[in-house]
Amino acid sequence: MTVADTVAAGGPASAVPRESVTERIVEIVSDSGEGAQKAGQSFGTVCAKMGNGVWTVEIIPAEIKPPARSPAGASGIRVRFASRPVTNMGDQADLVVAFNEQVLYGRIASGAYRPGTVVLLESKWAEDGQEEIRRQYATAVAELRAQGLEVLELPMETACREVVPDPRVGKNMFVLGMLCQIFGRDLDKALAEVQAAFARKGEQVVATNRQLVRHGFAFAAARIPLAWDVPSMAGAEPLVVMNGNQAAGLGILAAGIEVVAMYPITPATSVSHYLGRAFARVGGHLHQAEDEIAAIGYAIGASWAGKTACTITSGPGLALKTEFLGFAVMAEIPLVVLVVQRGGPATGLPTKVEQGDLLASLFGQPGDAPKVVLAPATIEECFHFVVLARRLAEELRGPVLVLSDANLATGVSPFPRPRPDAAWLAPPIDQAAWPEGLLPYDWDATTGLSPRPVPGQRGGEHVVTGLAHTRKGKVAYDPHSNQEGCTMRSRKLASLAATLRPPQVYGTPEGELLVVGWGSTVGAIQEAVDRLRQEGHPVSSLHLRFLSPMEPGLEEIFSRFRQVLTVEINYSDAPDAPGIPPQTRRRAQLAQLLREQTLVDVDCVSSVPGQPLAPGGIADRLRHRLPTAEPGESA
Amino acid sequence: MTFGLPSDWSLEVPERYFTLESYDGGVARWCPGCGDFAVLSAVQRICRDEQIPPEKLAVVSGIGCSSRFPHYVHGYGFHGLHGRALPVACGAKSRRPDLHLWVATGDGDCCSIGAGHWLHAARYNVDMVVMLFDNGIYGLTKKQTSPTTPVGYGTNTHPDGAWLPPLDPVQAMLGFTNTSFVARSVDWNPLHLYQTLRAAYHHDGTSFVHILQRCPTYTGDLFDELRGDPDRIELLTHPDGVPADEGVLRLYQNRREHDPADLAAAREQAARRDRLPIGLLYRNPDAPRYDQHTVEGLGMAPADKLQALERELDRFAI
Repeated sequence: MTVADTVAAGGPASAVPRESVTERIVEIVSDSGEGAQKAGQSFGTVCAKMGNGVWTVEIIPAEIKPPARSPAGASGIRVRFASRPVTNMGDQADLVVAFNEQVLYGRIASGAYRPGTVVLLESKWAEDGQEEIRRQYATAVAELRAQGLEVLELPMETACREVVPDPRVGKNMFVLGMLCQIFGRDLDKALAEVQAAFARKGEQVVATNRQLVRHGFAFAAARIPLAWDVPSMAGAEPLVVMNGNQAAGLGILAAGIEVVAMYPITPATSVSHYLGRAFARVGGHLHQAEDEIAAIGYAIGASWAGKTACTITSGPGLALKTEFLGFAVMAEIPLVVLVVQRGGPATGLPTKVEQGDLLASLFGQPGDAPKVVLAPATIEECFHFVVLARRLAEELRGPVLVLSDANLATGVSPFPRPRPDAAWLAPPIDQAAWPEGLLPYDWDATTGLSPRPVPGQRGGEHVVTGLAHTRKGKVAYDPHSNQEGCTMRSRKLASLAATLRPPQVYGTPEGELLVVGWGSTVGAIQEAVDRLRQEGHPVSSLHLRFLSPMEPGLEEIFSRFRQVLTVEINYSDAPDAPGIPPQTRRRAQLAQLLREQTLVDVDCVSSVPGQPLAPGGIADRLRHRLPTAEPGESA
Repeated sequence: MTFGLPSDWSLEVPERYFTLESYDGGVARWCPGCGDFAVLSAVQRICRDEQIPPEKLAVVSGIGCSSRFPHYVHGYGFHGLHGRALPVACGAKSRRPDLHLWVATGDGDCCSIGAGHWLHAARYNVDMVVMLFDNGIYGLTKKQTSPTTPVGYGTNTHPDGAWLPPLDPVQAMLGFTNTSFVARSVDWNPLHLYQTLRAAYHHDGTSFVHILQRCPTYTGDLFDELRGDPDRIELLTHPDGVPADEGVLRLYQNRREHDPADLAAAREQAARRDRLPIGLLYRNPDAPRYDQHTVEGLGMAPADKLQALERELDRFAI
């Protein structure tokens, strides 16, 4: 029997043999506030604990409580888990649990499902008191089936009512139990997750939710004829599982950063939710400032007075911090700025992913403001890059921007447990006497680097200023001083660039097409490259972590490919857009930088759907750029 | 124990003694006759009298004529961005309770472009002295109306005179939540200015001092009446207030015994328009201070920190 047949037939799980598969993509979608994300995160953690590679993506509406049963209000989560590491959200889901039929339309519009996707749909709407809702439900079920989705209507709320009076609260844990049954998960691990998630709310709440999980587990055994197994990966390495914002927060702690100043902004804020508790345990102080400008000002003040501080924001906040960023460059004050990118410009897409802040990060300031810009590509790198950023900020005496994005911020994935090192921690504030005669900006003529006197160091007294200044920190408007200051600040970037190594090419070192990416797209791009190579296309990829200064050797690498193009989640004019000749075509942000830097005709494939890129979607768009020869012929 | 040298004949000399020169940051480049000079001298005298080590002196400012202040004080200075002195100062103090923090800000800097930070800084009540240099005009940009320019006073942006009544910084401060110290002084009475700033220095929390400061170039006549007729000023006196010097008492015959603990009375005095009250309007030594919270875990040993980090990672372990 096919899945379609079994689902259509209904019946207990025991009606089908447990099928072993290498990966599955599961979604839970609901109205906002129904706990789908909590259920999905718990399920993902259970899978990770059972040794699967996992990647979760939250589906978040921009509003806290959008109208119920609306396609645009879809809230939920996707969990992709496999018998190997998972680096991205994948393509279409295999299974979706939906609390109402309307939210499915929003996901279908996003291309989240395919014919054959199994939908476990709450059936209570069929008997709703309002005729309009009954009609909508019947129409939707028919349409979904017509599109090839395998819909199994289930009275989930009715079943929950056997445990709780209000199934709206608690249905999510019931679903967790269902998923554990379908995928043969260890029920004890799920119950432990429930314990951890609800411990703060008291024993009664924990007990009720554990009962709901068990109930869902039994319900699925009796009613859902699906039984899959996704075997675990080999490997005994200790792992941690978290999202990118938590990883960045831990990175902040591991870097010894003790002051983080922020103003609430989606999707960056959850870093502060973690730090608000963690600083009490690890020593440090979270400042929720009155606005974005005050947040960076506070962080710069803390950095100036002692240890390098950090400010956390997203695009609109980055815009507000522009002037202070320039100040940190000019006055040479170390600072870590974590930018969790979302869609722009203006308020844009607050909860959705975009890689649109690259050029703003590099060039947002008036005048010349060279600064270091890094982009972690994975959740693990969100941790390590913050540690790196703090050291770079101090050695180069200036701001370091770390560009994460909404995909990394909310995606959850396991990675090897970091081993905190005393060398990662910021050293104690130097309060030794300042060497006599050493100037506060004693720029090395080659590297532009200089040591920084910190308040409290006797003999190092000076004034930091945003005005042009001399090596003594004295305001100077003469042509020589300004030129010298700009030169020295620029040399710092060059000196860092000289220490970087060329990036690794993924795939063969030469071929038809090289795909260049940055940030959270690495997994999806590499998976797309794998598929194209399997089809016989000579395609490779390369991922940049340093955007300013850029990693070296790119021209040489590019010269080994007939075509080079970037894949980015930011806007570019389509090559065939009406009325736009190639000379005036606006290209994606990294593509612009690469063209300028290498003089290679770098093209781009970019779009701004507000969603992470899926490997299938990338592969489709790349195929159009490949020679039309039959796949396999050129291999 | 009597007098003279101790019995072991040792002479106790402090290792370092600071003179006024210890705080000299170089030649100030304000216009001749600028009121800022008087404030600079007062602060340098207080630093000398309190023997503040210059390396522990942190002077933060924004942008404007008076915000050049840090450049002329020998210490650690932060000449920042327009309107943003207060967040920087609060951040600087967050993990450095040992620094002696002074903020120099002007009427444009504090009450206009930085006004959003002003009321929050009052509420944070971080331990620092905030000196508001109020000359009623934008000086550095050449005579534009400031929030404290008197109604009808001609400027380059309002040549026929400012349209609206001026913002009163003292009344504003007395309206903000958790304000802990509000005083006023004038640049042309160095004795009173010194005593007021010194009282501010000794207050634990944000000490806000409104300083009427002459701009000889653009608003030279602004305080003529107050300077010409000391009876236009009312000196606030109280055992808990700013100590009044003989000379100050001689000059200002209009005096009022005002208890700085009385907020309602302070607001009443601040609202007066017949005479200008100077001295300490309000003080609350018990107002909660943000910087008492920001030092959590300060000086935690690296080994403890690493252990705490491992425990954090345990929370995410699988």
